[in-house]
Amino acid sequence: MQKDPHSEIFTIGIGGAAGDGVMEAGNSLGTLLRDLGYEVYLSTSYPSLIRGGHNFARLSFSKTKVWNDHSNLDVLIALNGETVKLHENELSETAVIFADSFEPADVEKFGERAVFVPMAYSVTKLSLPPITRNSVALGALCYLLDLPLQTMKKNLEIVFKDKKPEANIKLAEIGFDHLKDKKFRHDKKIVPGTPHGEFVDGNTAFAKGLQTAGLDLYFAYPMTPSSTILHYLASKQKKDGLRVIQPENEISVINMALGAIYAGKRCAVGSATGGFALMQEAFSFAGMAELPLAVAVSQRQAPATGVPTHSSQSDLRFAIHAGHGEFPRIVMAPGDPEECFRAGELSLNLAWKFQIPVIVLLDKILSEHTMTSELDYGSVSIDRGKVAGGTNENYGRYEIKDDGVSPLAFPGAENTTVKVTSYEHDEKGFTTEKAEEVEKMIEKRFAKIKHIEENMKGRETIKVSGDPKSENVIVFFGSTKGAVLEASNFFDTPAKLVQIIWVEPFPVEKVIKEIGGAAKIICVEGNHNAQLANLIREKTGIEVTDKILKYDSLPFDPEDLSEQINQIFNF
Amino acid sequence: MEKNLQTTTKITWCPGCTNSQILVAFRQAVGELIEGGKLKQENLVAFAGIGCHGKISDYINVNTFTSLHGRLISAMTGAKCANPKLTIVGFSGDGDSYDEGLEHLVHAAKRNSDVNLFVHDNRLFALTTGQFDAVSPKGFKGKSTPFGSIEEPLNPLLLMISAGATFVARTYAGDIEGTKKIMQAAIAHKGFSYVDIIQPCITFFDSRDYFKDAIYWIKDPFPTDDQRRAIEKVTEKIGGKIPLGIFYNVQKPTFEEELWK
Repeated sequence: MQKDPHSEIFTIGIGGAAGDGVMEAGNSLGTLLRDLGYEVYLSTSYPSLIRGGHNFARLSFSKTKVWNDHSNLDVLIALNGETVKLHENELSETAVIFADSFEPADVEKFGERAVFVPMAYSVTKLSLPPITRNSVALGALCYLLDLPLQTMKKNLEIVFKDKKPEANIKLAEIGFDHLKDKKFRHDKKIVPGTPHGEFVDGNTAFAKGLQTAGLDLYFAYPMTPSSTILHYLASKQKKDGLRVIQPENEISVINMALGAIYAGKRCAVGSATGGFALMQEAFSFAGMAELPLAVAVSQRQAPATGVPTHSSQSDLRFAIHAGHGEFPRIVMAPGDPEECFRAGELSLNLAWKFQIPVIVLLDKILSEHTMTSELDYGSVSIDRGKVAGGTNENYGRYEIKDDGVSPLAFPGAENTTVKVTSYEHDEKGFTTEKAEEVEKMIEKRFAKIKHIEENMKGRETIKVSGDPKSENVIVFFGSTKGAVLEASNFFDTPAKLVQIIWVEPFPVEKVIKEIGGAAKIICVEGNHNAQLANLIREKTGIEVTDKILKYDSLPFDPEDLSEQINQIFNF
Repeated sequence: MEKNLQTTTKITWCPGCTNSQILVAFRQAVGELIEGGKLKQENLVAFAGIGCHGKISDYINVNTFTSLHGRLISAMTGAKCANPKLTIVGFSGDGDSYDEGLEHLVHAAKRNSDVNLFVHDNRLFALTTGQFDAVSPKGFKGKSTPFGSIEEPLNPLLLMISAGATFVARTYAGDIEGTKKIMQAAIAHKGFSYVDIIQPCITFFDSRDYFKDAIYWIKDPFPTDDQRRAIEKVTEKIGGKIPLGIFYNVQKPTFEEELWK
């Protein structure tokens, strides 16, 4: 390894039973650290149940960008006994454990590193709900990290502004003073940078992208890991503004959206891949009827119900080939919250520009992990597409134009009849079974592809980082970006990192240019069948030389990944 | 009388198909409303599902949205949410809304979406050339049930009343004037209006003679705000007679009103 991964990065694990407030503690701590000027990455893992199972939040922070959390813990906050057992193997040599109590064997094993922190005791004494007890640990952590108490209190006030700030601050003070009174050590100091951006997960960033691009209506049926898009947007409903509707099932979700789009509203739907499977027929309808629809699809470990709260990248092909029949669509696979925001914005704007369905392919890691991000609100404008001017008795919703895009009119426009149908149709929207008209309409819809491909040339359809001159290339998509970029800090020799963001239409020329001359190409994916590697071969004729595939439903670990990559490149 | 609501598309229903009677009743119903200044033609949107009924979109010169099989009701609610000024009518079939899209029918009634649904009820799948469906009588011999269907039929009117529909009516396609009036009353009603239109299929299940004798219009004054009486009426089994008319008509806040409140 090139450098010690723990010289500049500090990692904290918080574990407890579901219902103990582990996720909230992770979020509060992450927000606090971001406010102090750190780059933060927070991962969460939890089983598919509400109470009792083990929840774990892990947070790595540094002065410079943290693309992925690390598995080696510097602090473990154990809200129950199980947490110590489950994570003791992940502790670094000097790591401390904060807990309410320890088993005698653990005290013996960890010695002074087993730190009693009066969490439960303090909340009981102050008659506060048990869920607040992690604030005591947060205070102790601030002492350990040598964060100034005053700054911390100021920031805690902001972090807890909706959740009894006084009580939480009091508890944090108790934790801080507890370690101070013990004259406990201060841990290695990581100097913060300047606070910037926001601490945001991919789903929220995606939703903010939709909002910024003028979302009118969002339709969804709850399904992990897509539900937080629904929750976030539902909380942002406004009088005379955004509305969020939760229909009876995913089939209704997408068909409602199509009706609303027909009537002129900018709409998006979201689901996990299982829910999107239910939407297939209507997705095809959006293609046939040229209804501009933005779709968020978040992957989780499949097939079928699979491992509901765990991660996967096994639906790349499914998204690209979604819906029966042939029709143009765009599929974007962002790799971090900033790209999720961009994809959210583009999904609406490009859907309306080209009158096609657009998919944003997310996954559990991307959807739910949180990091310091700069969302580029200022760059977003609203593209309403080609709108029919004035009233027109001869209006044809599917009038043939060179670019395949017909002017849009909506019901309610005087003297204008708008006919939309799932059947093949003529230019006015009447059903047709005439072979020449069927052929003409297929060609009309596919005439858009040329213009989409022209449009995508100027966009970040791929991103290249690392050493651009290296003959060793690593290629990946989606949330694997975080693991690969973080792993690249520990490469023996630098490599060129090629992230593919647009997977349909595929950025053929750009990919050939970046990976065509490589000596070794490693494709890193979270699936069994190497779907991206196969897609690259299909589109470019280039065969990747090595594959690192993970399909155990867990995220890649950057250090493990760097070891695998070093082995391949050193061979 | 009829406003120019016709199109030049050739009608491909079977010659003599009772769907044409529904088409005429609809053109008259909305034609009168438009002429009378009660409805702007541009604000009228007709939805259709898939089945013989669905061809109606091509035969009416108004805004139309021909959905997927069974999914029109969701799209209707979506459009009404998007633009509450629109008057939304939907043409569906028994296969379309009592089989494939039943969940949407139940939920639209439950949420009292302010749309109007007209179900062309011929008691079998016709466009697929004759199979039993949710409302075919037990013992119905179709292509998929050559020895007779083994299932009891659904009573969709009873289902609609219990699901929360605020306007529940039944009419007979052969009675164009009666159908027209029911359609107008449905459109005038604010909330989910559900109309079952008995529409015998002359090709695969010709029950015209049976229905001609069996149907009768319920007499005014029928207390349409009494859910118990409505349930009694739509479950009535007296001498094999089938009542027509408005069984239930009450006011409740609509989904779209609540949404935009």
